[in-house]
Amino acid sequence: MQDVLQHLINGISYGSIYALIALGYTMVYGILQMINFAHAEVYMMGSYASFYAAKWLGIENSPGLSTLAILLLTSMISCSILSLAIERFAYRPLRKAPKINSLITAIGVSLLLQFLAQLFFGAQPRAFPTVLENQTLWTFGEVALKTSDVTVFGVSILAMLGLHYLIYHTKTGQAMRAVSANPTSASLMGINVNRTIAATFVVGSSLAGVGSVLVGMRYPKIDPLMGMMIGLKAFVAAVLGGIGSTMGAVLGGLIMGVSEEFVAGYLSSTLRDAIAFGLLIGILLLKPTGLFGRATSEKV
Amino acid sequence: MTRDAVFKVENLQVSYGPIQALKGLDFEVKRGEIVSLIGGNGAGKTTTLRALSGIVESQGRIFFCGTDISTMEAPSRVGLGISQSPEGRGIFPQMSVLENLSLGAYLRNNKVEIADDLEKCFALFPRIRERAKQVAGTLSGGEQQMLAICRCLMSRPKVLLLDEPSMGLAPLIVSQIFKIIVSLNQEGMTVLLVEQNARMALKIAHRAYVLETGRIVMTGTGAELLSNDSVRRAYLGI
Ligand SMILES: Nc1ncnc2c1ncn2[C@@H]1O[C@H](COP(=O)(O)OP(=O)(O)O)[C@@H](O)[C@H]1O
Ligand SMILES: [Mg+2]
Repeated sequence: MQDVLQHLINGISYGSIYALIALGYTMVYGILQMINFAHAEVYMMGSYASFYAAKWLGIENSPGLSTLAILLLTSMISCSILSLAIERFAYRPLRKAPKINSLITAIGVSLLLQFLAQLFFGAQPRAFPTVLENQTLWTFGEVALKTSDVTVFGVSILAMLGLHYLIYHTKTGQAMRAVSANPTSASLMGINVNRTIAATFVVGSSLAGVGSVLVGMRYPKIDPLMGMMIGLKAFVAAVLGGIGSTMGAVLGGLIMGVSEEFVAGYLSSTLRDAIAFGLLIGILLLKPTGLFGRATSEKV
Repeated sequence: MTRDAVFKVENLQVSYGPIQALKGLDFEVKRGEIVSLIGGNGAGKTTTLRALSGIVESQGRIFFCGTDISTMEAPSRVGLGISQSPEGRGIFPQMSVLENLSLGAYLRNNKVEIADDLEKCFALFPRIRERAKQVAGTLSGGEQQMLAICRCLMSRPKVLLLDEPSMGLAPLIVSQIFKIIVSLNQEGMTVLLVEQNARMALKIAHRAYVLETGRIVMTGTGAELLSNDSVRRAYLGI
């Protein structure tokens, strides 16, 4: 019983990070019907931005709330700028081309960023700054609730609430929903479609930036290929929830995190990474539109 | 009495890849007029409206109230007062009726004026008031068309571009909608109406143009075209 609880805590904590990253995939898909493969590398670059910022400010080893805030901001801003550049220079010129062109470009950008990171940051892993002191806040028998769990969960919830507010209670959010439903109609309303797409990239990549700091807090080791596995899992989480649905991405992320934890805990830890692929195959066979996906009819 | 031109279009051309859909149109819409654009399927009516709204690239010149807007982006044209109810209505089916209407007022900020205009729309279309909280996709075709026109009005337009408002609707609903178009015009709204339903469109039009494969082949007052033999044969089925 106690280890069930412990696995649940870990699973939710990791799952909420998957959810944050999955949101970026799902939002960009919702508005462009395109899978932004470079999202995982934007996340990776966010980690390096935090790493260098902490070094430059001399706060690698001064854990605390201010460090958390500084790293979150740095990472969110860097991820935003990078993804704005990717959108502007790699995706926007291909907007009217067939979807497969932007898909291939996305893979290209993703590889380019991996190689650039290896070239400039080095291929060897680096230690992520210490964000918070990881104390045990609460114990119940063998179950321990740690600062990192609470922070990861708390920051994720705040980010998701912020996202919900943005999407449903601001003009930018209204524009995002309109553009993803029908870009032509949206521009007939006076909505600037390009600017709205750019805003979507900023929001999605900021969430990845938040994710990168939270992951760094739990696994303080970063390297240029770190985005691949977590990006893939977050992508599967987005598909599981129904790509294009923000609610689905959150739920998909949590399911992914929790099921991984339980499989690793009760079956075999070597199966941990296989879960993602198992889930992917399962959804594609049983419900290709995912939990919250709506069946889209091809427009003529 | 001089009526200034809301639209003055010179040599308007649009191509979709190798297909030239508009081969150089010249026409005018004056303030306070209902101008109808009629023509068969594929004549280029929708393309003309798309060019005026700026959602398709065009060559030639488009003047709106005297200013050249040929290179202006679509959203800025909405800001100037050009509002279109597109072919197929283009409502946002997953959103509520109210939210569709608030998107019509997307570029406006004065909440008091927006609420005023919403009241006016509701007065004009009581059905839309009844449906306000409903998801737009669940409305009937006629209601969706009314919503599309309402949504246009929420931007406080100087001109309404209507693309086949009668499409797919029962005759009773069509005449209801045409009555509303006429009453809007009587209150001063300039209307450019595109229709396959040529009879109705010519009846309410002050002037009209006939479009055939990307060219204007005839123009005159609504009454003139209604009694023109070749128009009667080609478009009125007489
Ligand atoms: N998106 C498009 N791509 C390619 N050709 C198009 C497109 N839209 C319209 N056309 C072509 O342009 C011509 C004019 O079409 P349209 O303006 O829709 O005519 P109408 O509204 O009078 O029926 C037609 O030949 C049509 O096939
Ligand atoms: Mg048409």
